[in-house]
Amino acid sequence: MIGAMTDGSETSQRSRTVRRRGDAVFRAMATGSGLVIVVAIALIGVFLLIKAVPSLAADKVNFFTSPGFIASDPANLMFGIRDLLLVTVLSSLVALVIAMPVALGIALFLTHYAPPVLMRPFAYVIDLLAAVPSIVFGLWGIKVLGPALEPAAQWLNATLGWFPLFADGNVSIGGGGTIFTAGIVLAVMILPIITAVSREVFRQTPTTQIEGALALGATRWEMIKTTVLPFGRSGYIAASMLGLGRALGETVAVLVILRSASSPSHFSVFDGGFTFASKIASAAGEFSQPLPTGAYIAAGLVLFVLTFVVNAVARSIAGKGRNS
Amino acid sequence: MTTATSTVDRLAQPPAFQHVSPVRKVKNLLATTLVTLAFAVAIIPLTWLLITVVGKGYHAIVAQGWWAKSLKGVLPEEFRGGVYHALYGTFVQGLVCALIAVPIGVMAAVYLVEYGGGRLATVTTFMVDILSGVPSIVAALFVFSLWISVLGFPQSAFAVSLALVLLMLPVVVRSTEEMLRLVPDELREAAYALGIPKWKTIVRIVLPTALSGIVTGVMLALARVMGETAPVLVLVGYSRSINFDIFDGNMASLPLLIFTELGNPEAAGVQRVWGAALTLIIVIMFFNLLAAVISRFSAIKTK
Repeated sequence: MIGAMTDGSETSQRSRTVRRRGDAVFRAMATGSGLVIVVAIALIGVFLLIKAVPSLAADKVNFFTSPGFIASDPANLMFGIRDLLLVTVLSSLVALVIAMPVALGIALFLTHYAPPVLMRPFAYVIDLLAAVPSIVFGLWGIKVLGPALEPAAQWLNATLGWFPLFADGNVSIGGGGTIFTAGIVLAVMILPIITAVSREVFRQTPTTQIEGALALGATRWEMIKTTVLPFGRSGYIAASMLGLGRALGETVAVLVILRSASSPSHFSVFDGGFTFASKIASAAGEFSQPLPTGAYIAAGLVLFVLTFVVNAVARSIAGKGRNS
Repeated sequence: MTTATSTVDRLAQPPAFQHVSPVRKVKNLLATTLVTLAFAVAIIPLTWLLITVVGKGYHAIVAQGWWAKSLKGVLPEEFRGGVYHALYGTFVQGLVCALIAVPIGVMAAVYLVEYGGGRLATVTTFMVDILSGVPSIVAALFVFSLWISVLGFPQSAFAVSLALVLLMLPVVVRSTEEMLRLVPDELREAAYALGIPKWKTIVRIVLPTALSGIVTGVMLALARVMGETAPVLVLVGYSRSINFDIFDGNMASLPLLIFTELGNPEAAGVQRVWGAALTLIIVIMFFNLLAAVISRFSAIKTK
């Protein structure tokens, strides 16, 4: 460098960044791969929209408020998403209400209660839940868990039946093909993701704060209440939103568990019916004519928008928590 | 005598550390119990499910021909044949998906870690998050409308792989990104100081250092996509016999076999369902364990 400085012409040559073809190509490849992901998301939205619009135009009933989803006759499309939306939201909310406190407990247990030696194996066990395929969850839910939960469901229905949420649904409670069973199975399925994300956030609680609380004589619970929970609140909420996103889009487990219903939804957890995802999957064998297929794609588009919004909100909450 | 001792023993000031009041003790105990209980509650469904699947599926998977025969010519009510055709489908669909998703995913992570910082990087990070939240059925519908409906290709195993790529990409990007960030900057700086171009530094120094972590991430991602059922329902038909061609014809896979046999009310069908479920869990656990072993024996040395 010092030698180069004495010579003016060489300095100007050296100070420019060296451009190599390999670098340019590799950079383009890397940037291109990043672009692929951005473009893929855009394409998903665009293609679903393109395919859905003709069917939406041919829809004879209101797409948002009509309960039935009849798309078998291309000349007489009558599909609405009211019931799909109700069942999807209700089953996901049941799952969230059950999974949120349990996941909070597990995340706290794994970060602040479990013996340090056992932390990793315990966390691995929870992650194993995420490895079980959704169809196996569905199988277990309808064949084993549903029948086992039947007495509890009957009792809830009998004692709290005056409350619309626990009133008689549009399918029979026997056998367990209800939102109640589906919600519990979904709760188990979204436990790992909520736990994993909250765990990471709780672990990052500043040690100084934890030690400060303990030095002031706080019990372990008081320490958690005053340091870990305030620190990890936004991360925990974001994690729950991610879990909600998973529950909204879960397909096969719900398809296997929920019994199809003949009457519209009553907004009861003992309803049957279809979620967006399970409705689409149930009709997958009949995707031959463009207009009926488009009707299901329209439902898929709504689901895509729904999960997009939920995930975007989750991300912005997590981002805010990280910055503050 | 007693009074003397008590004056000597008495503290000049009350102690700074107060005893923990019973209410606080009870609250603390309650919290500990609830938190431990939450963990126990999560273990129940896992063990219950595993015991059920192993108990009901064990007989099927030790039956003769389960791993080496297809269901060609087997009647719904007779328990013969095996899941060879579905195993092939599951592996090959996962493999083709990995062949497409891993290069793109790793390169996207390289972009984010080594070249990122601009606006596109922010957008890409955001989109990776969104992509990881896209439901599998939506990915399947997208591939259906693009590949089959617009481009006119037939339903095939390859279409399934394309949908799986969308599900695998975010997992690969996330785990690779995390690993690349763990590679110490000193390694990169040492390479630059020797005059090595940036691309060569990444290919020869950064990626090999992070390789084990990347492989672990890929294995976990593979385990995730192999159990996906929604794409196979939409994008390929079920076949009872083996089909080696990924671009044409129906091809079975374990999830699809389970779903199809669920419609079979015979005892043999029930047995096949649980057998296939156990087989699927074994396959996925195998990849999970492989990932755990790889990450255990070759972690990045950050110091």
